[in-house]
Amino acid sequence: MLLNIKNLHVSVGGKEILKGLNLGVNEGEIHAIMGPNGTGKSTLAAAITGREGYEITDGEIWYKGKNIIGMSPEDRANEGIFLSFQYPVEIPGVSIQNFMRTAINSKREYLGLPVLSTIEFMKMMKEKQAMVEITEKLQNRFVNVGYSGGEKKKNEIFQMAMLEPSLAILDETDSGLDIDALRIVANGVNQLHNKDNAFVVITHYQRLLDYIVPDFVHVMYDGRIVKSGGKHLAIELEEKGYEWIKEMNL
Amino acid sequence: MESNPKENIIEEVTQKEYEFGFVTDIETDFVPKGLNEDIIRLISKKKEEPEWLLEFRLKAFRHWLTLKQPNWGHLDLPEIDYQDIIYYAAPRKRQEKQSLDEVDPELLATFDKLGISLDEQKKLSGVAVDAVMDSTSVKTTFQETLSKHGVIFMSFSEAVKQHPDLVRKYLGKVVPYTDNFFAALNSAVFSDGSFCYIPKGVHCPLELSTYFRINAANTGQFERTLIVADEGAYVSYMEGCTAPMRDENQLHAAIVEIIAETDAEVKYSTVQNWYPGDKEGRGGVYNLVTKRGLCRGDRSKISWTQVETGSAITWKYPGCVLMGDHSVGEFYSVAVTNNYQQADTGTKMIHLGKNTRSTIISKGISAGHSQNSYRGLVKVAPKAVNSRNYSQCDSLLMGDQCGAHTWPYVQCGNESSILEHEATTSKISEDQLFYCQQRGIPTEKAIGLIVNGYAKDVLNRLPMEFAVEAQKLLSITLEGSVG
Repeated sequence: MLLNIKNLHVSVGGKEILKGLNLGVNEGEIHAIMGPNGTGKSTLAAAITGREGYEITDGEIWYKGKNIIGMSPEDRANEGIFLSFQYPVEIPGVSIQNFMRTAINSKREYLGLPVLSTIEFMKMMKEKQAMVEITEKLQNRFVNVGYSGGEKKKNEIFQMAMLEPSLAILDETDSGLDIDALRIVANGVNQLHNKDNAFVVITHYQRLLDYIVPDFVHVMYDGRIVKSGGKHLAIELEEKGYEWIKEMNL
Repeated sequence: MESNPKENIIEEVTQKEYEFGFVTDIETDFVPKGLNEDIIRLISKKKEEPEWLLEFRLKAFRHWLTLKQPNWGHLDLPEIDYQDIIYYAAPRKRQEKQSLDEVDPELLATFDKLGISLDEQKKLSGVAVDAVMDSTSVKTTFQETLSKHGVIFMSFSEAVKQHPDLVRKYLGKVVPYTDNFFAALNSAVFSDGSFCYIPKGVHCPLELSTYFRINAANTGQFERTLIVADEGAYVSYMEGCTAPMRDENQLHAAIVEIIAETDAEVKYSTVQNWYPGDKEGRGGVYNLVTKRGLCRGDRSKISWTQVETGSAITWKYPGCVLMGDHSVGEFYSVAVTNNYQQADTGTKMIHLGKNTRSTIISKGISAGHSQNSYRGLVKVAPKAVNSRNYSQCDSLLMGDQCGAHTWPYVQCGNESSILEHEATTSKISEDQLFYCQQRGIPTEKAIGLIVNGYAKDVLNRLPMEFAVEAQKLLSITLEGSVG
């Protein structure tokens, strides 16, 4: 199993948000995580990626056979975990080119590989840009500066394409996207998807899942996954609403 | 029979070494602490200076006596006991160590991080350098190229001896000893520095710098530098180095004067990394400098680019007096303070001529418990019609124990000029850091990336080889500032 989360309890600012979450993800699978606001979806993403401020009080996170609790965020990233942020932050003065190069070479250094040559890097940039239909020169754009919401999300997928992760978590990637941007983002994800990697798609809305078709759908409520099923579960949820889940769990 | 060139070099070098130091005459080396006219006469005599220069010193000293140490800076500068300082700096006796093993390993680690070559490291640490590998031959080529173009570049003391008329013509014309307390002090007791003269129409082919450590005169505490670019001339001058410089002398009060005649251009870059004191704020150099450029001729241009990362206290306002019509003044600065460092720095742009332009880009970075202030003056005289100024002052705060302050002064005396001012204050957010970390970039590298992105507009102005070192220097200075 690529990712195996067992009985995870996570607190933020002293308040328990995740209350014993279990989740198993195998290579090649796409899992969707849905649920009302405040149930801990983003907290789950933060816990997996090792964000500071999220205290793990119980449970384990197994990734590629290692319990990664305690591992620094950059090490987890270099082991192949990628997060497409819900709100990608701006980094003025740092070109996307410089940023990606630093990221890729950090990973390669971590894995004991030589740094990428300029030619190889530029080739890779060109290839992946095309995948997400980014036409402009990225050496002149600074990371997320002046980007619209849609452009930011496309850029997240671009970075994902460059870094080729084993486990990609998409945190509400569809929020703020119009139908065209949604199509491009979904297309990028689908192109990247293969039998060796896995995706965890966190979303509110069914709509994204028409484009990125999940193998499994999980519904979160009050810090736990309370119901799991196939892709039909997402449709059922859309029809019945979250009240249905709340009623089930009272 | 041709003599062995290797032997010649060794001979030359060893002779030079004998020339330099280890003078055993105890009497001539001894200068007591304290400051009075006798001491100034003694200093002037030791340096074999002409009468006019001694007079210059004495006039400055007498004026200094009427002044009090200023305290209007946003700084905690203690009252300095001026009688507790030795004002004569003997030529630096190189403590010859035998190998780098004898050098403080922390210092060596910094050299490594800055990418300084092993030979440079040896020179910087006072380790004996293999004569054959010495840069004497480099120095010779350097001097030959310069003299071919008629460029004069030598220590100030040497220039007084070899080109007294030139020095006398320009000394004190941009920063008179009456300018301020520390200028008066420097004018009385200045030790040494650089003198540079570029003749008419000459584009100096080499980057001039004390960085070469060949012309690193024993500047000591009271450095005095004078740069003159005659009509149509161009020179780029680089001061300082990224390597951390220790000095027993705490007070550094330097003066740099620049004059650009008609159609001339001078680019002056500084990378300052004097010892900043320890993590608790003890010790460290007080870097109190008066730097000014006079754009005397029409269409002349002077630009200041500085990266200030060292010193316990930095107090300086490199500025330009834009006298000639269509003259241009520029100031690009990155000033970093960490731990308990303090900086009150900025610039003065004085527009006197018509159609003059000035640009100010100041990037302050504060971390730790430090205080970082930008203080700038843009003054447009009534006759300076159609002038323009663009100022951008940004502050970056790292952590919540440090301070950033901005005092921009704008005085405009006519209605045809345009002055623009922008200012931002920001911090490195946890979000930015985590974003980098989540892409596999370790924390220290992430900070370096973010900070260099922030300082980009200034670092781009530096001569290339220094831009790379300056980037590393920024990262190193801020190590450990984000816990």
